[in-house]
Amino acid sequence: MVSTESEQMAYIAAQAADARVNVEVETDEGMTLNLGPQHPATHGTLRIIAKLDGEKVVAAEPIMGYMHRGYEKLTEVRTYPQVTTLVNRIDWLGSFANEVPFILAAEQLMEVEAPPRAQWIRTLLFELSRIANISLFLGDMAVQVGATTPVFYAFRDREFVLNQIERVTGGRFHPNFDRIGGLKDDLPKGWIEETGSVIGKMRDFCDEMEELVLGNEIFQARTRGIGVIPPNVALGYGLSGANLRASGVDWDIRRDANVGLVYDEIDWKVWTHPDGDSFSRFWVRLQETREACNIIEQLLGGIPAGPIMAKVPRIIKVPPGEAYVATENPLGEMGFYIVSQGDLTPFRVKIRSASFSNMSITPWLLQGVFVPDIISILASLYFILGDIDR
Amino acid sequence: MISVLALDPAWWQQTFLIKVPIGLLAVLLPAGTIVYLYLFKAVSFMQSRLGPMEAGPYGSMQLLAEVGKWLQKEDIFPTKADKFVFAAAPFVVLMSTFLLVVIIPAGPDAMFVNLDAGIYFAMAVSSVSVIGILMAGWASANKYSLLGGIRAAGQLIAYELPLILAVVGVVIQAGTMNMQGIVLAQAEGEILGWGGIGNPFILTQFIGFFIFMVAVQAELTQAPFDMPVAESELVTGYLTEYSGIRFLLFFIGEFASAGVFSAIAAVLFFGGWYIPGIDPANDIFNVIGPLILAGKMMVIAFLIFWFRFTFPRFREDQLQRLAWKFLIPLSLANIALTGVLKVVV
Repeated sequence: MVSTESEQMAYIAAQAADARVNVEVETDEGMTLNLGPQHPATHGTLRIIAKLDGEKVVAAEPIMGYMHRGYEKLTEVRTYPQVTTLVNRIDWLGSFANEVPFILAAEQLMEVEAPPRAQWIRTLLFELSRIANISLFLGDMAVQVGATTPVFYAFRDREFVLNQIERVTGGRFHPNFDRIGGLKDDLPKGWIEETGSVIGKMRDFCDEMEELVLGNEIFQARTRGIGVIPPNVALGYGLSGANLRASGVDWDIRRDANVGLVYDEIDWKVWTHPDGDSFSRFWVRLQETREACNIIEQLLGGIPAGPIMAKVPRIIKVPPGEAYVATENPLGEMGFYIVSQGDLTPFRVKIRSASFSNMSITPWLLQGVFVPDIISILASLYFILGDIDR
Repeated sequence: MISVLALDPAWWQQTFLIKVPIGLLAVLLPAGTIVYLYLFKAVSFMQSRLGPMEAGPYGSMQLLAEVGKWLQKEDIFPTKADKFVFAAAPFVVLMSTFLLVVIIPAGPDAMFVNLDAGIYFAMAVSSVSVIGILMAGWASANKYSLLGGIRAAGQLIAYELPLILAVVGVVIQAGTMNMQGIVLAQAEGEILGWGGIGNPFILTQFIGFFIFMVAVQAELTQAPFDMPVAESELVTGYLTEYSGIRFLLFFIGEFASAGVFSAIAAVLFFGGWYIPGIDPANDIFNVIGPLILAGKMMVIAFLIFWFRFTFPRFREDQLQRLAWKFLIPLSLANIALTGVLKVVV
């Protein structure tokens, strides 16, 4: 394993020099196994080319782009309010969270600020989509290491959260609810109490997952010490989110670089784990789901009264300029870099999605592991294909 | 045919040829349907779903529907496949399962074949399925299949040994390898001089039962030992290229061998067709014996599927380590202990 920073940088440079390692060529030395683009473990169309020696991986390379939908280009022919429909479909498990950084960046350019009530509800929905996203990971990781049942529990309990999101936004999967200057609607009557009871159910779900998956000896044997990412390597490859925190790097945009959301006003904790292996990535995400429950409970108790929409013009024209806003999405750092020339549509949008950066570590991480570990490591890195190929 | 070959088969060989096809039709089809449905429903409730509901009342005709579906599908042969081996592999696996059925006693007279070395025959025949799986893996001309087949071979060889060693304890205690004899030994046995419930070997051979169940789980390639079919890694391993009727045969073989191994476990450790309170020589056991055996078998099959749907999967090297470093020494210790106690008590 590469330890010092200079060695690691040299390694990355060498990788970049012969990106497209000739793993596609069959040699006498081993077998080339093509995982994907249609493969049950890649939940989407990711392709991994692995060169094997027996069951040991000699080299592995992810090939991305099978589901590229050109969202960055498409935004150039959409007005600003229309763009939220597109960005919903990037990380489709926690859709609302995708809208937030885009809207915040646009608000920054227009020098508009959402009223406090809108900010609180935004944060609330942001955390609800985090639970909707990560709860599925907790079940899915178990499927990838071979346990069939937990994912059914994950889907069952995730439904409660989706129902709550649906009652506010009208959409289970693609809410399209965030607006420049506020939100589309206020909360429906009785929603706060219902959400309180849902949070109780999600806490039980987390306990269940801890007993069923995390506490299982076979699960621990499969994940402890597997796919270890040291902190400097994690930083070098630009990992973010729980993958970074599981390597012991104490960095959370919600706390350290918060823009436009109300995380400063409540009491919560950032979880890290020193090990950096697959197990710690699962552990950190489980704790984050619990922490999201805490955050939501505090937010529910303190939503201020007032309007939910600031004064914005009916036809939104964003003044010329550039803005980058990143938020701590369920998968990691998601940022929108918007260049405006004063039109109805953005001139250029660059999306920094978490999974794309997280996947870049796979050639380094998959060297020398066994075939079953490819799957458990990929599952623990947790990517959504829509988040890799925008 | 027999006279043409100028052979003089023993009596059991003659009856074997007649009994087996009829028995397979009369016993296996209804039994298979019930076990299949029971397991499907049990698994569905574990996973908080309803399971089959549409085909017949509460999905009771689901097996028919599935067989109908698979029969209609195209039987695809990959271009580079070794056609003959590819076609024959599912039959080899199924044959191994069906040959296991013939030695299971369901009553004092209700059994297909009464072999003196019954359990020995069962252990030998159950290994044949490895050949079928290896054939499937190799002949498919698919890398996933090949990996799956090789994993299966390595795993089944590793777990054959603890399986046999676990049975040896029972054989020592019963003093016979005959399956009927093992049932009678339990029926007529005594616990410290008290013969109220016979002496089911689960009470003395609980270590053997534990090893047997772990080895069976691996033998059936079910989670936590399902690396040969590991659907999240190898698509479906050696089954990847199969479709239509041949896939169905593998699929039936999987459920059927789970049922058959549960029946063998019921015979070895739970007294087979015997329940306390009735004289084992009573003819009524020929009628109620199959039902009792089926009841015991379902409890054990439930255990198998409970583990299957709860546990994650081991890695191949961890599985080998478990077999060679833990199960085999444990089973040898169990045999030694059983042997000593047999002589002393």
